[in-house]
Amino acid sequence: MQTRSWLWDSGFALFAWGCSLALVGVVFIILGFLVVKGFHTLTPTLIVGDTPFWEALLLKRQVFDGLFPAIVGTLCLILLAMVFALPLGLFTGIFLAEYASFRVKWVFSIVFDILAGIPSIVVGLFGFSVTLFLHHYFFAQLFPCLLISALSLAFLVLPYMIRTTQMALESLPLGVRMTAIGLGATKFQNIIYVLLPASISAIVSGIILSIGRCAEDTAVIMLTGAVATAGIPRSLFSSFEALPFYIYYISSQYADQSELMKGYGACLVLIFICMILFVLAHLIKTKVSQKLMYRS
Amino acid sequence: MDVKKIPKFIFLGASLLSVGITLAILGFMVVLAYPIFSQGMFWDMLIQPWSPGQGLFGIGPMIVGTMSIALLAVGVSFPLCCGVACFVGVLHPRGKGKMLKGLVESMTAIPTVIYGFVGIFLLVPLVRGLFSQGSGMCILSAGMMLGVLISPTMILFFSQSFSLVPLGYLNAADALGATTAQKFFYIILPCAWKSMVSGLILSFGRAMGDTLIALMISGNAVGFPGSILDSARTLTAHIGLIIAADFDSIEFKTLFVCGICLYAMTGIGVILVRLLAGKGRG
Repeated sequence: MQTRSWLWDSGFALFAWGCSLALVGVVFIILGFLVVKGFHTLTPTLIVGDTPFWEALLLKRQVFDGLFPAIVGTLCLILLAMVFALPLGLFTGIFLAEYASFRVKWVFSIVFDILAGIPSIVVGLFGFSVTLFLHHYFFAQLFPCLLISALSLAFLVLPYMIRTTQMALESLPLGVRMTAIGLGATKFQNIIYVLLPASISAIVSGIILSIGRCAEDTAVIMLTGAVATAGIPRSLFSSFEALPFYIYYISSQYADQSELMKGYGACLVLIFICMILFVLAHLIKTKVSQKLMYRS
Repeated sequence: MDVKKIPKFIFLGASLLSVGITLAILGFMVVLAYPIFSQGMFWDMLIQPWSPGQGLFGIGPMIVGTMSIALLAVGVSFPLCCGVACFVGVLHPRGKGKMLKGLVESMTAIPTVIYGFVGIFLLVPLVRGLFSQGSGMCILSAGMMLGVLISPTMILFFSQSFSLVPLGYLNAADALGATTAQKFFYIILPCAWKSMVSGLILSFGRAMGDTLIALMISGNAVGFPGSILDSARTLTAHIGLIIAADFDSIEFKTLFVCGICLYAMTGIGVILVRLLAGKGRG
């Protein structure tokens, strides 16, 4: 009996150790493969091509064979998507946490769960077909473009934004919630001056994670206006380049070895951006904001 | 109007807009695929093969492709994730386990397209060399890479459901002299299996909804796949490849049928998870 339970126990431990080592191994193989293959491409040439570095950065000269337009496109995309998603997500989260009755909350959160579960390609298809529809019947000059992509991405990250705001507000202790009300504040004043500041760290880290999703998503933008070569986006209605789409494009259409190497470089740049956003979100969630909050 | 009510109406308006968008996505697809419904072709389309030459525009192969790739992904990653979740949640809750959990969390930040890229240039040649058949772009490659993609979701969900087991139960088991394995099989598993099922459903939804990996490394052939070494096309890849863009063509309408299928499957998944959670509490 004793030996049997010992066997079970060590078998269990062995299994857990084995699986963990396998997972760590896979992650290191994936990242290591990219680093080994692409590390030597990480030079200013990768970003700006043959154009002088500062002139490219200050938009004086156009960059032809670097990642610079793709990086700028991704940044524009993130900014625009946030402009749309941020107010909508915040307001909806506040409504669900503070105003909605129990039944309304139940129905709405099922709807947002479904929105969160919709594959991103379906959101992209929605953006694409709406554009096509408008192009056919209303605005003949409208094509898939930066604005459409940003709107579709905003729909994609909307549920995350809503949920983090709602969770952040709902997890506040009752004491925080009631003090200002007890002092005679209105509900709106309570939200603006007490509840939002108290939960700002969780909300901000949710926002940063949504930014990460905007930066990495490829399925939406490849249907709504990302192209392989467009230069820096000139207006909201022009097509644009983006890093993840560039990686996808290179993987299927690379012409020679040097282009493929640029693909490896682009992978590393994209991972770097996403990791920075991820670490930032974690730091804000745990430490930085608390310090800031208690100092002011 | 009462001034105090204004914020409430703004917040309510934003929520209604958000709900509206969700419904509009479904509504738009149903409207654009409507001719297919009205001609009663919808159900046939779900099982028919895709051969435009014979006038057949069924998405049966894509449904089979989606299902087999997603099932393989879940099948590959489920045992692995169980092991890792045990390591993180049961065996070493601190120290090593915490480090591993950090690694798993940071895996969620790796973009999908990266997995696809590594899949093409590392896994596909490997599979091609190992089985010396075809191009290596097959259900097996896509399923394995997708398994890696969904594992953080699954591990984090599992280890969270382990940590929700009441501490009193665990202490009681410890006091009776239970070994770690006994504690896991007799206490933790019976308490946590419901939310583990939820995690499984959600990861399945993720595997099904992913576009890039399937598009990049499953080969995108339109026939019914015969084995896991065959190339296949998923519903998401079929949409991503956009084969037509004019409203009257039937090819274009099939995209929306694919979209409706994906929408419906993930919606059913979400509702199932809800029901499970509700039962668990009651």
